[in-house]
Amino acid sequence: MRKSITFYGLTLSLPMLVWQVLFFLAPLIFLVALSFWTVQNFRMVPDLNPDNWTRMLGRGVFWQAYFRTFLLSTSAAIVISVLAFPCAYAVAFKLSETARRWAIFLMVIPFFTSYLVRVYSWQIFLSDNGIINALLAKVGLGPFGMLNSVFGVMVGYATLSLPLVVLLQLFSLIFVDRTLIEAAHNLRCGRLRTVFEVVIPAAKVGLVIAALFCFILTFGDFVSPLYLGGGDPPTLSILITDTTKSGQQWPRAAVIALTMIATLLAVAFATVSFAYRERGR
Amino acid sequence: MNDFNRNRAVDWALKLYVLLSFGFIFAPIVASFAFSFNVDRFPSLPLGGFSTIWYEAVWADPLVWEGLRNTLVAGAVVSAIATVIGFGAAYTDFRYNFFGKTVYVALALLPPTIPVVILGLAMLAFLSSIDLSGAIYSVIIAHVVMCAPFAMAICRLRLSQMDPSLEAAAWNLGATEWMAMRHVILPFCRPAILASLFITMAVSFDEFAVAWFVSGLNETLPVKVLGFLQGQVSPRINVIGTFVFLASMTLIILAQILLIKRSASPAAATNTGAVPQ
Repeated sequence: MRKSITFYGLTLSLPMLVWQVLFFLAPLIFLVALSFWTVQNFRMVPDLNPDNWTRMLGRGVFWQAYFRTFLLSTSAAIVISVLAFPCAYAVAFKLSETARRWAIFLMVIPFFTSYLVRVYSWQIFLSDNGIINALLAKVGLGPFGMLNSVFGVMVGYATLSLPLVVLLQLFSLIFVDRTLIEAAHNLRCGRLRTVFEVVIPAAKVGLVIAALFCFILTFGDFVSPLYLGGGDPPTLSILITDTTKSGQQWPRAAVIALTMIATLLAVAFATVSFAYRERGR
Repeated sequence: MNDFNRNRAVDWALKLYVLLSFGFIFAPIVASFAFSFNVDRFPSLPLGGFSTIWYEAVWADPLVWEGLRNTLVAGAVVSAIATVIGFGAAYTDFRYNFFGKTVYVALALLPPTIPVVILGLAMLAFLSSIDLSGAIYSVIIAHVVMCAPFAMAICRLRLSQMDPSLEAAAWNLGATEWMAMRHVILPFCRPAILASLFITMAVSFDEFAVAWFVSGLNETLPVKVLGFLQGQVSPRINVIGTFVFLASMTLIILAQILLIKRSASPAAATNTGAVPQ
């Protein structure tokens, strides 16, 4: 392969680099600068003032939102992973090749449907006189207040991330060495025990990464907490949209955004090192 | 697998669970379709009469048409730009080794992992500081950032199915790099390029958060839907949802057909006959 820098090579490789540096990297770096700007007379003024940071990080509301968001996303990552696993397991091990292909195709479809429309649809299901309560009333139960609750938020989070979690789990389960499972069965290892002591350890990296993606997706989502969870108390992403849309307090929104990025990086780093730990043994 | 530990009841329970999962995933999509034809404003069971009044309401709403026009313009331009630069990056990764390549690839693929609210805020602040926010091209700029990684991944997957010596053979037969690109690489990648056009367009059609931040008054259709969601109950969301769903599905199925058909018969892609086997 020729390696020298040519006009041909640059024409093909530079557009992506230029575009992402200009419109992806630069905005993120600008966000860091912006978090030190000040707002005077409703106008943003370039500055190097740590005031936004001390003010935001010194607020009870901010930390309340922070821990609420963190707790919600952690619970979502765990609950949705647990709910997704039997589905991914069944598709990987119990379905025929054709059925599996169809299942994967069907799981991809939700990525290309409007998340907003699906959330609106869940409002129809979950509201006090919605579909589920109407059905429950027929058997003499309810009504249950499902909208504007943590349950509502979780339904929304599952709508957002369940298909992705199932797919990621599925792709790691498909590559589990089947002879390992057969060996366990030949050694009279029970079904459940095989799942917990053979299948899950063998697919560990994929399962952990799936949970991580669930955390990342739900951590940044503002639609479910707002329209299914009621938005009160707010999550960090709701704080960002409120702070940005309600005027010129962009520097403070930038502080929230940067705190979120730092958290995501820390969580991603911790999770990935956990996923790959003990692999060298 | 051997038959010890096999239990029909467990197998059926698991299969039932798969069906339930699909039920959960598709319930909101199906409900939105069903309620778009419902006559009542406040959706409940049993369904009211069949009606197309909400379709007529949407049809007669100039705001929806304006949003649709913005969405279509943005989608078309975004898919073209994202596919061109995504293909270039995929080819770069396929053919070249250079210092800092990991950084290059990471930078190209990273945008989808950044939460959209953060991306939206960063884009809004940055673009308005250089006077590029609040217009349809702001949406295009932001969506290309988000869509180009998908285009790159799709094209890269196709390139990995290609024998690298095909290109070298073309050079040995006297083709310049550009001629080899035009007669060997591009024909081979055509299904992936088309698939990437369709899929990036579908992604752009559905994106609402970043578009909401940067579009200002030039709202796209999903941003209008977000506005409806903030207002009162309106079955118009179901109508628009059904429409956007059908449009996206058409694009995805076209992409899927292209990818499956071509990868099933890799030889068919080299239909220029320029490549001796």
